[in-house]
Amino acid sequence: MRLVINKIILILSTLAAVLGLVFLFWILITLTIKGIKSVDLYIFTHDLVDNGLRNLLIGQFILALIAVIIGVPIGMIAGIYLQEYSFGNKFASFIRNLSDVMMSAPSIVIGTFVYAILVNPIGHMNGWAGAISLAILMLPIVVRTTDDMLGLVPKELREAGVAIGAPKYRVIFDIIIKAAKVGIMTGLLLAFARIIGETAPLLFTSGNSQYFTVNLNEEFPSLTVAIYNLATMPDKHLVDIAWAGAFILTFFVLIINLAGRYIVKDKK
Amino acid sequence: METLFKRLSEISASTILLILSAIFVVLYIQAKPAIEKYGIHFLVDPRWGVTVQKDNTANVANKNPDIQKSSAGVSNDAMESDDVKINDDNDLGSDDLAGSESLDSDNDIAVEDDDALAAAGVEKPQNSNTEVIYGGLIPIVGTVLSTILAMFFAVPIAMGIAIFLSEIAPPFVAKPVGIAIELLAAIPSIIYGMWGLFYFGPFIAEIFGGSSVNLLVAGLVLGVMIIPFMASLTRDSMNTTPNVLKESAYAMGATKFEVIKDVVFPYAKQGIIGSMILALGRALGETMAVAFVIGGVFNFPHKLTDPTVSIPVVLANNFAESSGLSLSALFYLALILFVISFIVISFAKFYFLRDKK
Repeated sequence: MRLVINKIILILSTLAAVLGLVFLFWILITLTIKGIKSVDLYIFTHDLVDNGLRNLLIGQFILALIAVIIGVPIGMIAGIYLQEYSFGNKFASFIRNLSDVMMSAPSIVIGTFVYAILVNPIGHMNGWAGAISLAILMLPIVVRTTDDMLGLVPKELREAGVAIGAPKYRVIFDIIIKAAKVGIMTGLLLAFARIIGETAPLLFTSGNSQYFTVNLNEEFPSLTVAIYNLATMPDKHLVDIAWAGAFILTFFVLIINLAGRYIVKDKK
Repeated sequence: METLFKRLSEISASTILLILSAIFVVLYIQAKPAIEKYGIHFLVDPRWGVTVQKDNTANVANKNPDIQKSSAGVSNDAMESDDVKINDDNDLGSDDLAGSESLDSDNDIAVEDDDALAAAGVEKPQNSNTEVIYGGLIPIVGTVLSTILAMFFAVPIAMGIAIFLSEIAPPFVAKPVGIAIELLAAIPSIIYGMWGLFYFGPFIAEIFGGSSVNLLVAGLVLGVMIIPFMASLTRDSMNTTPNVLKESAYAMGATKFEVIKDVVFPYAKQGIIGSMILALGRALGETMAVAFVIGGVFNFPHKLTDPTVSIPVVLANNFAESSGLSLSALFYLALILFVISFIVISFAKFYFLRDKK
């Protein structure tokens, strides 16, 4: 009887793993089939107004890039504080936990917050608001990554730096960050992959635009928001464009993820 | 330079605290008109954007009990046991917000609320004799039900995957499967939504009947979305079980299942429960995967295949077009969502996944 139960459980959990894989391939295969037939040179060279994706791809990329420019320095320095300057005090562990909580905060709530402080006072949606929502979303991930990666740097390196008389910030920037470079880069890559696929915080902060623009004071084109809008359109051609966008987005994100994993493996 | 950098690093670390408290404060300020107008009664009022008759004259006294009775009747009929529990949670969250206001029972709330309405009616006689009522019960129930469905679906499968990856599969299988599961977690949620709308929804509708956008589909898509997240966290905590413990159990003749049940699970219990709660928090706040498939109508779900709405979806669909009181009501919903997920996640964080540093 024990052996029978054992067999049953083992088979069930193998089935569960198979089911997980089935979902992954189901999603990837439908994406590929639906997406690839609309991917051609035309959508990369035309804007949404002409049924292309060019402005959306560039817009999404710019938004994520600005989020990186805002979020990464703050997050990294905060991570450095947690690991190097706090000496394990209460405040640091409080911030560490808080940042983990913030990592799981609903992204749409961050969107409403940015709407209240940046969109409502200005009176219309703008690219800056979208980029800042993404930056807020990214911040705790960067903090966590930096914190973890710096923690892996051996103590002897720090002592060696201090022993030759370097001030602490020089030790941090010239020795510790360099030692943890690969890990931090990987973490940043994964954080970038996470925010570039975000939709909810952009819906009512940067909105979407049909035209090509790099003016962040106006509504800004965004691939994910456009996918959301187009996918529910009655026009079949627009739905196909949404699938093409979804296909490009997903494979871009997956490739970044695999690349991040590869870098880590390469190092070990 | 050194002190400067140290100061800078402290300031950066404090931004996290600052942003979180700013989110809370800003949402509260924006939600204030709605909070003042509807109070905690908002949580149990199933009407959203419904225009009701409002009399400014002597009828006020007669009319109010009617309103109260009807709304109480609707909510009582509709509420199920699950919801009662959740409403308690919400009360708890909102008590924090309401600060000094301590409200004991639903009756108190209703009476106070109606008084407030009456007062508002008297103060603003220039309005026509109708007004629009916003209540958050339906999105709150939709959020909770879809999350519960997702958990029912996801927990057994995620456990199975974790067991498979950490105990059953040989390394050359476990590794690629593990990576595949983690890739599943990296797929943007909007893709899950699209897939749910065009493929999974119709598939489910064929089996269970009903339309292809409904509560059940939303719950299942959410479940599929949180499975990889939960599975990889659970696997990680199961992998921390020392081999010595497992080997001694095997040496006594235990089967694999007994080892998992009696050695691995008790050892990794905290991590597993913590990962479930984190996944729950993620499901609560998920927008895009649900927005495509839940239907987005303010409709009380009487059966699983009814379309309904959840808090994030209400926000996503209505935020850009709203202003005034309806916008404030949306901020109220956002605040409720923020507080619920904050409590859920901190609970997981502080009780189960405490940093071992």
